Amino acid sequence: MQGELIKRAVGLMENGTVNRVLGWRRGEFVYDITPSVFSDKDDLEKNFVYNEFCGNNLSRYLVQESEKEGKIAVFLKPCDTYSFNQLCTEHRIKRDNVYIIGIECYGKTSADLLREKGISAILDAKNNNGTLIVETVYGEKQIPMMDVMAERCVSCKSKKHVIYDELIGEDGGVLDSHRFDQVEEIEKMTAEERFNFWRGELSRCIRCNACRDVCPACTCEKCVFDNPKSGIRNKGAADDFEENMYHIIRAYHVAGRCTDCGECSRVCPEHIPLHLLNRKFIKDYNELYGPFMAGAEIGQVSPMCDFTKEKDAEPSIVQKGGAE
Amino acid sequence: MMYKLPLEQLDKFFAAIAKDETLYVPVDVENVGAVYQPWKEGTKMSKALNTLRSAKDFFFPQIQPMVKFRREGKKIEVIDDRKESEDFVIFGVRACDAASFDVLDRVFLADPVDTYYENRRKHSTVVTLACTLPEETCFCTSFGIDPAQPGGDARAWMTLDTLYVEPVTEKGTALVEKLNEVLTESDDKDVEQQKFYTHEILKHLPLHNLKPTDNREKEMEIFNDPRWAELSSHCLGCGTCTFVCPTCQCFDIEEFSGNKTVERYRCWDSCMYNDFTMMAAGTPRKTQKERFRQRFMHKLVYYPIKNDGVYSCVGCGRCLKKCPIHMNIVKVMKTLGLEEEE
Repeated sequence: MQGELIKRAVGLMENGTVNRVLGWRRGEFVYDITPSVFSDKDDLEKNFVYNEFCGNNLSRYLVQESEKEGKIAVFLKPCDTYSFNQLCTEHRIKRDNVYIIGIECYGKTSADLLREKGISAILDAKNNNGTLIVETVYGEKQIPMMDVMAERCVSCKSKKHVIYDELIGEDGGVLDSHRFDQVEEIEKMTAEERFNFWRGELSRCIRCNACRDVCPACTCEKCVFDNPKSGIRNKGAADDFEENMYHIIRAYHVAGRCTDCGECSRVCPEHIPLHLLNRKFIKDYNELYGPFMAGAEIGQVSPMCDFTKEKDAEPSIVQKGGAE
Repeated sequence: MMYKLPLEQLDKFFAAIAKDETLYVPVDVENVGAVYQPWKEGTKMSKALNTLRSAKDFFFPQIQPMVKFRREGKKIEVIDDRKESEDFVIFGVRACDAASFDVLDRVFLADPVDTYYENRRKHSTVVTLACTLPEETCFCTSFGIDPAQPGGDARAWMTLDTLYVEPVTEKGTALVEKLNEVLTESDDKDVEQQKFYTHEILKHLPLHNLKPTDNREKEMEIFNDPRWAELSSHCLGCGTCTFVCPTCQCFDIEEFSGNKTVERYRCWDSCMYNDFTMMAAGTPRKTQKERFRQRFMHKLVYYPIKNDGVYSCVGCGRCLKKCPIHMNIVKVMKTLGLEEEE
């Protein structure tokens, strides 16, 4: 598939449709891939890569890239197209400056996921019909791709490209993939168990902000947590409360806008399952206001921005003159 | 002098240390990785090559409370609830992390001495553990570190059935002396053999030949290299690399304030952040390119210039594993020619 992508990208540059291409650049190893803008055809042919380790969602980079001179081509996996749409809805991407090539995705893995399964010292990896053959410093190891697939891919919400200018490969459909199962388990806990669960997870946070900085829904020019005038800036949490607050505020802020791309959990160096906070909101939205999928189309209005008395999920709480 | 103990008696060894002071060992936490935890009866030591977070946390924790203020009417009470560290032992520190303590010492123990750091260093005894199964992200040898012969106050080697311990400093000797009931004197035949095997493996690591150049003459040339722009172009500006790094040592002083109380604390800071070294006139590093460049210039150029050629990277590979976009010091060195030509 990589060859086909390169060929198409070069073609688009040659016929003048675009002047640069946003994709993935090969690294030192098979897995350490970097998002990159290619503006040179030779560079692209030599260094563009697409494989099982290209997990990065490229949509976020288009906030800056679409402001620049000329059109840029981008390769988007189905889940990345939802982020793209959402950013267009929020007027963060200039749609006309982007040429989208939708590409098929069968799920991604990462070196970290391989290491969790005891496969480390990775030198190379190849996917042979669903089996990952990994060359390591200590010999060859084999593992089914399904066993090392990222959680967000195992519970993939959609193989459908919700926006594209052209497709390479086939388009799929929206999937029922049980992505709310884990949320339900947490809902079943007692309040105390749930609090302890999240304390256990969030207490590991090192406030590197990677979850925020990679998030396609977090594109504020100045985050409240970086702004000394906001009164809640913190570089490190002074106590448990602040540790929780950062993540809870973030989850609230992206509610109705989060497309469940799962980048937050992918980048967390402490493996905090941050996507579960967002999924809880998505699940609540679905249950309280009817099915809603952020990014499904450009211009749709989130239930939180579409308040009417009839649609109010808890109409008894607020009355004229304040809460009861 | 070398000492040994059958591995099946490892718990006895740990118990003997933990009798007098807190002993930290790496422990596997499900879905997380290896984390240092206090040893108690039943604790199982991790076999992971390294801990998720570096061992610098022991001496330079992410959050260091400094002082509290409490207001009562017109009176302001200043509360200094600083506690002196108690004696503790860390077991299982790898060669890279042990070398990072030397890098940190040169910063925190130089005049004016950082008394928080000094206090913890004084009360600690570091027992290192030689690596036997290094990974592709390892490049400690690039900075003159031998993973088979780590530093620390005492160093240990684990073979299939035996733990070998060799005291290095006075603190290490004192610790080993206290353990004379569990340790017996030994030759170093097996240890030498293990070192030989590890050194053989190192030759097969992909980053084995990466060597930094002595670049003191080229400081400005490297600084002005146009390729910093491309290298930094997709950096997210998060702090992951700096916070998992065992040698990053920048901090900020922040206040958490309520109506009547203020807590002043020190916390890790990252040169990758856009408000790093913010001054009244603004930030001196306006774009991510300058911030990104600063991090690597500091590690590979400025620090060695000021510290007898010692680099402020120990090749632990954590940033290679954890950067969300996989941009890292190895790619920087290779792109900018900061490595020696083969």
